[in-house]
Amino acid sequence: MEHFRAHVLICAGTGCVSSGSKKVEAALREQLAKKGLDKEIKIVETGCHGFCEMGPLVIVYPEGVFYVRVKEEDVTDIVEDHLYKGRIVERLLYKEPVSLEKVPNYSDIPFYKKQMRMVLANCGHIDPEVIEEYIAVNGYQALGKALVEMKPEDVVDEVKKSGLRGRGGGGFPTGLKWGFTRSAVGEKKYVVCNADEGDPGAFMDRSVLEGDPHRIIEGMAICGYAIGADEGYIYVRAEYPLAIKRLKIAISQAEDMGLLGENIFGSGFNFKIKIKEGAGAFVCGEETALLASIEGRRGMPRPRPPFPAVSGLWGKPTNINNVETFANVPQIINNGADWYAAIGTERSKGTKVFALTGRINHTGLAEVPMGISMREIIYDIGGGIPNGKKFKAVQIGGPSGGCLPENMLNLAVDYDSLIEVGAMMGSGGLVVMDETTCMVDVAKFFLNFTQSESCGKCTPCREGTKRMLEILTRITDGEGKDGDIELLQDMAKDIKATALCGLGQTAPNPVLSTIRYFKHEYEAHIKEKRCPAGACSKLAGYTILDSCKGCSLCKKACPVEAISGTIKAKHQIDSEKCIKCGTCLAKCPFKAIVKG
Amino acid sequence: MKTLEDLKRLREQVKSQTQLRYEAKTKIIIGMGTCGIAAGARDVMTSILAEISKRKLEDITVAQTGCIGMCEKEVLVDVVRPGEMRITYGNVTPEVVPRIIAEHVVNGCIVEELVVGKME
Repeated sequence: MEHFRAHVLICAGTGCVSSGSKKVEAALREQLAKKGLDKEIKIVETGCHGFCEMGPLVIVYPEGVFYVRVKEEDVTDIVEDHLYKGRIVERLLYKEPVSLEKVPNYSDIPFYKKQMRMVLANCGHIDPEVIEEYIAVNGYQALGKALVEMKPEDVVDEVKKSGLRGRGGGGFPTGLKWGFTRSAVGEKKYVVCNADEGDPGAFMDRSVLEGDPHRIIEGMAICGYAIGADEGYIYVRAEYPLAIKRLKIAISQAEDMGLLGENIFGSGFNFKIKIKEGAGAFVCGEETALLASIEGRRGMPRPRPPFPAVSGLWGKPTNINNVETFANVPQIINNGADWYAAIGTERSKGTKVFALTGRINHTGLAEVPMGISMREIIYDIGGGIPNGKKFKAVQIGGPSGGCLPENMLNLAVDYDSLIEVGAMMGSGGLVVMDETTCMVDVAKFFLNFTQSESCGKCTPCREGTKRMLEILTRITDGEGKDGDIELLQDMAKDIKATALCGLGQTAPNPVLSTIRYFKHEYEAHIKEKRCPAGACSKLAGYTILDSCKGCSLCKKACPVEAISGTIKAKHQIDSEKCIKCGTCLAKCPFKAIVKG
Repeated sequence: MKTLEDLKRLREQVKSQTQLRYEAKTKIIIGMGTCGIAAGARDVMTSILAEISKRKLEDITVAQTGCIGMCEKEVLVDVVRPGEMRITYGNVTPEVVPRIIAEHVVNGCIVEELVVGKME
């Protein structure tokens, strides 16, 4: 066995690959070989570290030095200075944004300091394509423990006691769900992993699948044992090719080692896992639509009951959990329910992974204990709002969730507190918005999404979301009418009460929550025909300030001759003629034209 | 793999694959300043790594450092065992590496005649 004195971890998650980590890796391999270092330094492709904003990420152990935004041409310095001579390449270190101090070590970076990485513990630390690396960090121990030392009902009880709730959005107690499927009548039962992550801005499931696929396999197998199923399906969207590739590798490795298949750990328990690729319909994240899709039928939901726990895949009792839920299971079995239940709040236990996107400095994945405040997530971990802009709102829970304003930032985040304020945990996507975002436009964006993803089976969702979207479009076009807000609220109430599945029932949430917290913006659009954020182009007006030098560049640029004025005197815009194209603003060399 | 014991055995075997990223016990540090490199630090390092693989040693970190000012004593190699003093060996050549590894790193007996400094 060769002794590797250093490990160079290169992130091969989708984020870092798209920012060029494969090129960095190729350059590194080439240069290590050239220097004759390839026998003593190991290159490890890992999953996502979560700090995607700073990618491609390269970490060098044993020192644990964290290099950010590494480019192909930086590789020479890493090889010659760091790996050959042991000198850290200072210019590639992460710089603390306020003090500009360089932070060499992984664990000292503020982005990671406040996090509690349990589900993501291995992501970015192990090679997801090598099963031995997962086993080396205690992998499959929980499965072994469950099969050899525990009865199936003990496993269900342990999960119940841990307080784990479904991480896919609803937050249904996982142990209870397992119990239902376990007690359902039937010889054949199924375990299904819902990896049809579709919320705009959410990518935690993808990262776990790419970075630690064995954890999901282990969680599913434990579930299979607990509920009495011998077969599992992972429903993963085809847009996640890397996740699918790594899952396939992981499943075949587990089969080769006897960790999947017949008589696992000599316990008599059999379990196999199949992958079903989804075609990308958002509604297939809904469990009954998902099951229909696996069966080869059109992905449409059906009324419940019967719940899948009683009649699921091919009419058999089926337990469906989300990726992150399964990812929590091995540690609960290994460390016990009490250990797990000690983390989090009274009714929401453990950690939650949030995907930070939008107007935020540190785009990426953050895993935090339940009960942490939104402010800590956005400012301490997320690094605040870029370009000195002011925070306006955070959208949580994707198209099913809601927007929270600034005065809600101190809210302790858990399942129940979010429901109370009109949002929901959802899958954990956090889209941060600053003062230049128009809240009516945001509501329109999300409704446009759900409207086009509506499967069309039930009328409230198919027609209702369409009509609501029309009203919102009218408002943002400056054609809003008195009573529009009330009409929106009224329709929202009806759709929520009558839609067939979760997609329709939650589709009006973004509209309701923006009306709840930003009603004044709706009113400004409707009554004053004005967009306070200056985002709705049809409502944006342009004004020339007194600082105008009369250079007449704007006048020449205007395509509709809406600008008048003589040379060296202040010009004017005729708002009647103006088509709000913004050309004048871009042309003005003196910044004398403003929007709004 | 058939039993929980098999899993445990395999885990012990493969632990060294990732150990470096979590914690390691004994540290060997080689002076790789310009002076060290000129005096042959690279050869010393290669022989240290070869010796470690030959003996299948685990939990050992091999790191480099810059010049500490005793350039005439290069190649300098420090050995730090957990909870013990940092021992600096001077004028290290590939020939004496097996002795340092065998006597000090493995068995904890300092090779006194090669020592140029001890640090708390």
